Amino acid sequence: MPHLLERDGLNTLRIGGDERLARAELRRQVGRLERQLLALVAEAFPRLELPTDVPALSGQPRALDLGELEAVRDSLAARVEDARRALRERDELETRNRELLDRMLAAPQDFKWVQISRDDLGLPGCGHWHSRPRFGLLGMLMGWWRVRISSGCPLPGRLAAVERRTEAKA
Amino acid sequence: MTASGAAEPEIGWENPSEQGWVAPHLAAEFPGLGIAWIEVDGRPGRSPEPVRRRLRDLSNRFYGAHAIHLRERPIPWAYRVFFRQIGLDPDHTRTPVEQLVLDRLQEGGFRTRGMPADALTIATMETGVALRAFDADRLQGRLCIRDSAPGEELAGRPGELPHGTLAIADERTPIGLLFGATAEGCAVEKVTRRIAVAAIQVHAVPQIAVDEALWMVAATLESA
Repeated sequence: MPHLLERDGLNTLRIGGDERLARAELRRQVGRLERQLLALVAEAFPRLELPTDVPALSGQPRALDLGELEAVRDSLAARVEDARRALRERDELETRNRELLDRMLAAPQDFKWVQISRDDLGLPGCGHWHSRPRFGLLGMLMGWWRVRISSGCPLPGRLAAVERRTEAKA
Repeated sequence: MTASGAAEPEIGWENPSEQGWVAPHLAAEFPGLGIAWIEVDGRPGRSPEPVRRRLRDLSNRFYGAHAIHLRERPIPWAYRVFFRQIGLDPDHTRTPVEQLVLDRLQEGGFRTRGMPADALTIATMETGVALRAFDADRLQGRLCIRDSAPGEELAGRPGELPHGTLAIADERTPIGLLFGATAEGCAVEKVTRRIAVAAIQVHAVPQIAVDEALWMVAATLESA
């Protein structure tokens, strides 16, 4: 029986023991959190810009002690949590916008003048869906509503032509 | 020797790099930390056309989306993690490869900065390994990574280094901060005739990447 009591004593639990092992474990956690954070940043790109900065503990490079490593680990963990939340909120917003677009396409007259951009849906490029009346004022009075899809971004060639024309006029 | 008794021709590259040492307590704290270096005859100056063409090719291969995903690749990630572990914020004090990428995006291309900077840019972008150049004739003995002793200074910087600052040193004195400023007199200058290029290895950076980076720098410098 005494050997059982001894086994569960503080010495055998290594409380206050080798700090180096604790620091190594914290460094491993820092590496894992950094990987998670970078994966979230890559997943969010280019829809959302997620901050990855964690304040430096020192202006100079040096071996951090246990408390400092814990601070870095905690700051990174907070960044990862913030990034996850921001990405989740963005995904929810895009899902709501997609549902809104579906409803708008089904009944444009119920969403007068509503405009949804590709960015709102998390899609690359420019362009938008816009609920507008057919034939202008007449369509507005008659309730002839439809969703128009924009033609997207101007091509680089067209932009260059505009620039050349502007320069020529000047 | 071959079966016929003739000497076998040498194949491949004989690694001329020298391995530096890491202070034992730092090696215990940071397994995988290391420094290797080569010395190459060469003087700073304008990069020849093939080197500038290579920089242009690198620029054309590299876009904004690559920059985002670059940090997820094992070697750039390893340096980011190491920066965190030594108290630096890699979004403020950039890792060498990220600094080059940022410059590429801001300047629209890898601008030539002459030799040996262009050789380091090419090798760092191709391998991700952190490289530093020094004037080899100003160095004494083997290079090492160690922490600064009380009262130690970095030449050209006012005041003492805070005790425990991680530095690259030769057998006499610190020649540069680890991932920071270079000591005055040790940087490559117009009078330099022999260049030492050091590769800093951290945990999860394979030795083959370090060897490749040093080989690439040596080949580029020797071609100039």
